[in-house]
Amino acid sequence: MKRALALNENVRAATRYGAAVLACLLLVAPLAAQAPAPKPLLWGADKEGGKPYVFLDNDDPTKLVGFEVDLAAALAEELHRPIEFKQYEFDSLVPGLVRRDFDFAMNGLEKSPERAKLVRFSRPYYVYRQQLVVRADEERFTTFKGCLDRKGVFGTLDGTAAVKLLTELDAKQQSYQSPTEAYTDLALKRTDAVFMDAMIAQYYAGGDKRLKNAGRPTAKGYYAIAFRPEDDELAKQVDAALDRLMKNGKLRKIYRKWDIWNEAQEELMKGYVFEENDHERTAIPGSEPEFTSEAAQQATSNVSPFWVYLAMLGYGALVTVRVTVLSFLLAVTLGMPLALGRMYGPAWLRFLATQYVEIFRGVPVMLVLVFIYFGVPSLAELCGLSLGTSLLPEVAAVIGLGLNYAAYEAEVYRAGLGAIPAGQWEAAASLGMSRPLTFRRIILPQALRQLLPPMTNDLVALFKDTSVAGVIAVTELNKEYLTFARSDPAVVVVLGLVTAALYLIMSVPLGFLSRRLEQLWSEPAS
Amino acid sequence: MTTAIHNAPGWITLTNVTKRFGDRLVLDGVSLTVQAGETVALIGPSGGGKSTLLRCLNGLNSFDAGTVRVGPHELTAAASGRPHAATMAVRRLLGMIFQDFQLFPHLTALGNIIEAPVQVLRQDRAQATKRAGQLLERVGLSSHAHAYPRQLSGGQKQRVAIARALAMEPRGLLCDEITSALDPELKGEVLDVLVDLKRDGLTLLLVTHEIGFARKAADRVVVLGGGKIIEEGPPSQVIDQPQTERTRNFLSRVLG
Repeated sequence: MKRALALNENVRAATRYGAAVLACLLLVAPLAAQAPAPKPLLWGADKEGGKPYVFLDNDDPTKLVGFEVDLAAALAEELHRPIEFKQYEFDSLVPGLVRRDFDFAMNGLEKSPERAKLVRFSRPYYVYRQQLVVRADEERFTTFKGCLDRKGVFGTLDGTAAVKLLTELDAKQQSYQSPTEAYTDLALKRTDAVFMDAMIAQYYAGGDKRLKNAGRPTAKGYYAIAFRPEDDELAKQVDAALDRLMKNGKLRKIYRKWDIWNEAQEELMKGYVFEENDHERTAIPGSEPEFTSEAAQQATSNVSPFWVYLAMLGYGALVTVRVTVLSFLLAVTLGMPLALGRMYGPAWLRFLATQYVEIFRGVPVMLVLVFIYFGVPSLAELCGLSLGTSLLPEVAAVIGLGLNYAAYEAEVYRAGLGAIPAGQWEAAASLGMSRPLTFRRIILPQALRQLLPPMTNDLVALFKDTSVAGVIAVTELNKEYLTFARSDPAVVVVLGLVTAALYLIMSVPLGFLSRRLEQLWSEPAS
Repeated sequence: MTTAIHNAPGWITLTNVTKRFGDRLVLDGVSLTVQAGETVALIGPSGGGKSTLLRCLNGLNSFDAGTVRVGPHELTAAASGRPHAATMAVRRLLGMIFQDFQLFPHLTALGNIIEAPVQVLRQDRAQATKRAGQLLERVGLSSHAHAYPRQLSGGQKQRVAIARALAMEPRGLLCDEITSALDPELKGEVLDVLVDLKRDGLTLLLVTHEIGFARKAADRVVVLGGGKIIEEGPPSQVIDQPQTERTRNFLSRVLG
């Protein structure tokens, strides 16, 4: 018990008898007490991924719950080996497995041909479908196809099969890191629909009166456990264990407990061997045809996905440049009055400007963006205003980055203006020039040459910082790359290089310009 | 002679001007009268308040008590040091030259000279440029009109600074140790310009360590020490036959 405790990250939870689920995992250890204790299997999953897979119990946040926690416990029992949970980012589960950070990944991982090239999948343990969710008052369309035809904007979840399908169907999409944000934005009319795993839809949107399901679940796929290809022996044992759990009804019991049981699972339990191209056989009678990756690829044309990726990255680069330019304009515009207020203003203005600079330099820009995008509309709603629909992600990103960088630019202005000797002010004053005139004609022109090199540096930094806007669903360059990389492991390296090249093509000339300006203007001024 | 000047209504009149920097009393009730067209040399030990006196005169420093009158304009202690109408008017009458030139480095010699006439007096640019050409000729720098300050020697910079002040057509100049930053061989060219200006009738108030120049060019020498006027009078009296111990000490140190 003690050994297992030390290995478990929730020591406190494990000591409680009430923590039944974890106890299940740990109880296996005493069973094997006589024989040399088998090495525990490390199970990689993301507890932040959400309900109902693996998540922290609301009533006791030291406890892990979820249908996959129950499944892991059942597998441990079957295999006579303890299984330990290892927290891992969902997006990085496949690379993490390959890196040997854990022994298997089980976290609603969709069985895809791309992933199958890198990992050995177990037999499927769940049949999933995607569910389209729309606002309760939606009348423009009732099906996935309807939304697609109307060029609606789909919200979806980063790194899932839904992203890949929507990309292949050339649908407008906004990809989120958590379901909550995606459904919130739908309710706020920032998107037209959310296309996500039916299981997630059931847990996250099911109770929301503002939302409803549209059409039946579609785009079937399978969850399977991923192993390293060389661990075939282990995979076979798990396949056999899954088979036993299906036959003895334990799996069905777990699914029923979590209310995720349906007819499709019945087929799975009957021992039906699933192949990649068996859509017709499991299609729900009378439903619209299934949307699948393969079908989408055939439908959208003979253009290879790589070129689609490249085009999307190009678009992402465009968004990155647009956000950079606009937010920098805002920053240099706002930075000037901040610097002036701080240097020459009355005491109260000096205080306010100083606080502004300190706050925005001390707070991560990501927090600012999330606050503006998600927090401000909620605040406005509390005040009886409705901004929700008007604040687009890109606008929020420009405002957030602009406000943040204004603090830095204010400091650049302050340093540049402060470096001009007081004697220049006095000389101008003795010639009868007023302070505003002196500032405009004498001080500013001299300061500008000192401002431009550091400002160009800041522009490069801002350019790279725009990648943060991905958290509020701005489809800038980095976000586009992450989206593809997560849904298609095969393109991680190539598209990574392409993305880096795109950044460099844009940032290197700026850096060169900055150094050139510094050289040009480093000559002594007087 | 001394008493006569004191009693005459001066063009510049300081009455009991007092100035503190924190606890330090820099000017301790200074009263001084300067006639139009007079050249007055302010000498005395460092920290004696000479520069502060000049700066109080045109509003670059505020003062704590007393009044300053220049022509018809009066600066009071309360309003001093701020760009009030009176301050601006005084600055139009009195140009100022600084020890470290303070040319505008982003403008050429010509640009430095026409800046204030064009921007403040709203003079026509062509007219201002023509006048600047004459001023540059007067200070012997006609060929340097398009040079930037960094391309000029110290003496040349100071002559441009004088031309710049003259472009505003002041009635007098306040010169704050204007040759102190110059190599000895360059001081002459600047002092020659001052002699020329004196001849034209400009009122000159010079803070200087050039005792030789003061003796030659000044109508009157004022010795300032510890915030007070220690001694004043014609150079022949103050420099050659100083009346007070402190003046004698100061002069022996400066003259070696």
